[in-house]
Amino acid sequence: MNLVEIISKIDLDAEWFGLREYKENTTYHVIRDKNPLSNETSIDHGIMVEVLKNGQFGYCATSDLSLSGIQRAATTAQESALRASKYSVFSFESNVRPKSKGEYLTPLELPFDSLSAGEINDILMKANDWLLNDSRIMSVSAMAMLVETTINYACSNGSDIHQKINIVGSDYSATAKNGQIIQTRTDGRSGNQMGLERFNQDLVREKCNKVSSQVIELIEAEQCPTGEMSLVLAPDQMMLQIHESIGHPLEIDRILGDERNYAGWSFVQLEDFGKLQYGSDLMNVTFDPTISNEMASYGFDDGGFKASKEHLIKDGVLLRGLGALESQERSEVPAVANFRSCSWNRAPIDRMANLNLEAGDSSFEDIISSVEYGVYMETNRSWSIDDYRNKFQFGSEYGKLIENGKITKTLRDPNYRAITVPFWNSLSKVGDESTFEVHGTPNCGKGEPNQVIRVGHASPICLFDNIQVFGGA
Amino acid sequence: MKEYFFNISEKVINTLSNDEHLTISINGENSEFIRINNAKVRQIGTVADASMGMELIKNNRKVQISFTIQRDMEKDYKIIIDYLDTMRKNIVSLPEDPLCVLPENHGSLDEEYTGHLLNPKESVDALLPVMSGVDLIGIWASGDVFVGNTNSAGQKNWFSTETFSLDYSLINPLKKMVKETYAGTHWDQNDYESFINSSKEKLSMLNEKSRKIKPGSYRTYIASAGVSDLIDMFSWGGVSENSIRKGRSSFIKMRDEGKSLSPCFSLKEDFSSGTVPRFNSNGEISDIELPLIIDGALKNTLISTRTANEYNLSTNFASQGEYLRSPVMKEGLVEEQDILKELNTGVYLSNLHYLNWSDQLGGRVTGMTRYACFWVEDGEIISPIDDMRFDDTIYNFFGDKLESVTSKSRLNPSVGTYGGRNLGGVHCPGIILKSFELTL
Repeated sequence: MNLVEIISKIDLDAEWFGLREYKENTTYHVIRDKNPLSNETSIDHGIMVEVLKNGQFGYCATSDLSLSGIQRAATTAQESALRASKYSVFSFESNVRPKSKGEYLTPLELPFDSLSAGEINDILMKANDWLLNDSRIMSVSAMAMLVETTINYACSNGSDIHQKINIVGSDYSATAKNGQIIQTRTDGRSGNQMGLERFNQDLVREKCNKVSSQVIELIEAEQCPTGEMSLVLAPDQMMLQIHESIGHPLEIDRILGDERNYAGWSFVQLEDFGKLQYGSDLMNVTFDPTISNEMASYGFDDGGFKASKEHLIKDGVLLRGLGALESQERSEVPAVANFRSCSWNRAPIDRMANLNLEAGDSSFEDIISSVEYGVYMETNRSWSIDDYRNKFQFGSEYGKLIENGKITKTLRDPNYRAITVPFWNSLSKVGDESTFEVHGTPNCGKGEPNQVIRVGHASPICLFDNIQVFGGA
Repeated sequence: MKEYFFNISEKVINTLSNDEHLTISINGENSEFIRINNAKVRQIGTVADASMGMELIKNNRKVQISFTIQRDMEKDYKIIIDYLDTMRKNIVSLPEDPLCVLPENHGSLDEEYTGHLLNPKESVDALLPVMSGVDLIGIWASGDVFVGNTNSAGQKNWFSTETFSLDYSLINPLKKMVKETYAGTHWDQNDYESFINSSKEKLSMLNEKSRKIKPGSYRTYIASAGVSDLIDMFSWGGVSENSIRKGRSSFIKMRDEGKSLSPCFSLKEDFSSGTVPRFNSNGEISDIELPLIIDGALKNTLISTRTANEYNLSTNFASQGEYLRSPVMKEGLVEEQDILKELNTGVYLSNLHYLNWSDQLGGRVTGMTRYACFWVEDGEIISPIDDMRFDDTIYNFFGDKLESVTSKSRLNPSVGTYGGRNLGGVHCPGIILKSFELTL
């Protein structure tokens, strides 16, 4: 479809209008307990028409891709905007949809057609065999996720953007039983922008061997101790920690109250920007949609705003929020390019994209050797936080006890709870580049109507002091 | 859409060879959404979305595809045939699936519920004026939702309904909130305005300054909306037979260790309200009722036909994910007007928030209190409380610590819209607990 040509044929009397065509092919291959559970592809394809009339945006999402269908959608969106304009939260101007032209492509080593569905199934079947290496393992699963997203965007102001994003995710999991103790270990169900190089057999085998050996460790392990102690978090737990206790509270639409009926509000106030000591001076957090293999990299957000790396928190001080151009107009907090929607049938809102904790200067050995008594945790398995993003409780799949500067034993069911700002101010060591990992999750929920979107979080290993740690039921 | 779906499906099924088995499904909606903040419009729009799905089985191999349709018979048929050809090419390279479920004809269902909805041209002016004077935030969703499936064995199912919902919160200057949902199938402007005005009156109960309470065990009342969130957890590694068998369920203690819940707790699947389709995505039709937990004892789990094949069990035609579709919890004896008296001194929780298993195998759930929650002394509400984190097990709050259940059950409508507007909800009463663990 040539959206620029369609734009020229749409008949509307509006301040601005735009078309966003979204086509996404998502394929899941899953082999569970050596039986194929899923070989499923979904193809989501449609157009969202947005119209600005009398300072109010209205939208209409349609899968009718004919010119007449798009014209009908545009007229409907304009009528909605006009009706709502006398009750608008804010009267916008067209500057919140800047004129932009450009493209973005995920760099790939191995394209998606380099392996057939049958070949991917073969690898996943082998993964099941590698995972099933102990009689106490009762269930295993291997999953491959392939996503190819094409977003074309054109507007009445001359914008013309083309983006093609490839994401590959995988997971290898095993559940084992020892008497009444049952434990599950996974590979974290993470994903990245990349090609099918993720399914290199040596790499898959290495991941499966780690999962299957650690699940056996877990069913023989002690329960995580209870008490106030040092806490060391691996990057695949930091992913969740960053997401819930930095990302969501810094969303400007949330601070402005748009989310109060659903995900909640925020403890952060607009006047906190530039002042709040969010964490210790080791804490440096960036919004960075430019890292090539991170899950939520892109060239432009869904409002046509060009993406760039920005510091949100520098030396522990809160500088900037996660708000795009609409939120910038409403809040006067400088914007980042995070106006995103999950598909053609949802309107963009402020979202996380790639939100990262920058590396520090401590090696893994430095961090562990500095701990007198504490727990190291890998891979998130439980998460809950209040609607202001203060009181959280998170749990991990795999723990290690640290005693007198050394890792001594494996622990099962490790959990911790804390309050956001005191927690980040207890950050006492940040791992260096050698501990830095890039992770991502496809499952961030927000918005009304609801949207689930992909986000990336990269982080080094981190040490926090005096945290409430505890075990299972 | 029903005629369109069955006509196009018939054409597609007629192209199959004898060794090909096909299930075709459709899901869609025509919805108006209005997002409201501070009793004003934040976003407004309409969504016309429909997708079809096909599951092809041949020689014990299975492949699935779903795709957005344009609702144009000629264009869509061409797309479907192209996808079917792709599936035929791919299926030969896939491994055999000994557990795959061949389509059968279990009989057909056809349910269409017609409502009387607000015309989208009138919705803004009908909804907004009565909200004036308060900080109201929420989401209006209105329109029709349809689900259907058919298969090469001849089964045909259809369900469509026209519904609306305004899910909203009212917020006072102390940032205390009242949560409500006004939902139905037939719009009544006077009833709606009365409902909103009643919410405004409830908000005035939250004008007292909040009390901070310390972590610990408290006598607790959890209202129906909160109980509904707790029951929802059973759909996520709870009542699924497959989850139990694969070591990922909070119900394993009931199955393997002889644990039980309180004699006051009974739960069933009950489709008699007609708010959700009784057929699953395979087209299999569940019984009207399926008792799950009776007087605290686990009687049945949700068993899909695939799980039945895997473990040599009888299916009860659960969904593929074996989640609750129409749960109903049995009422108890405590009358609404006696709740505060029965609670005596403790906490009154109207809503919970962001629940997750903190130890799934142990049945332990963590989450937050939210919205209108109060400290109660000697049967009287004293003040709102600050939000607290809880962390407790189903074997406590639906087990040993469950003292009594209220006599009035309500439907907590499912207003979620991930992937499309949800249907149905959880029908449940409130519960009074001897103790509940508040931890932070």
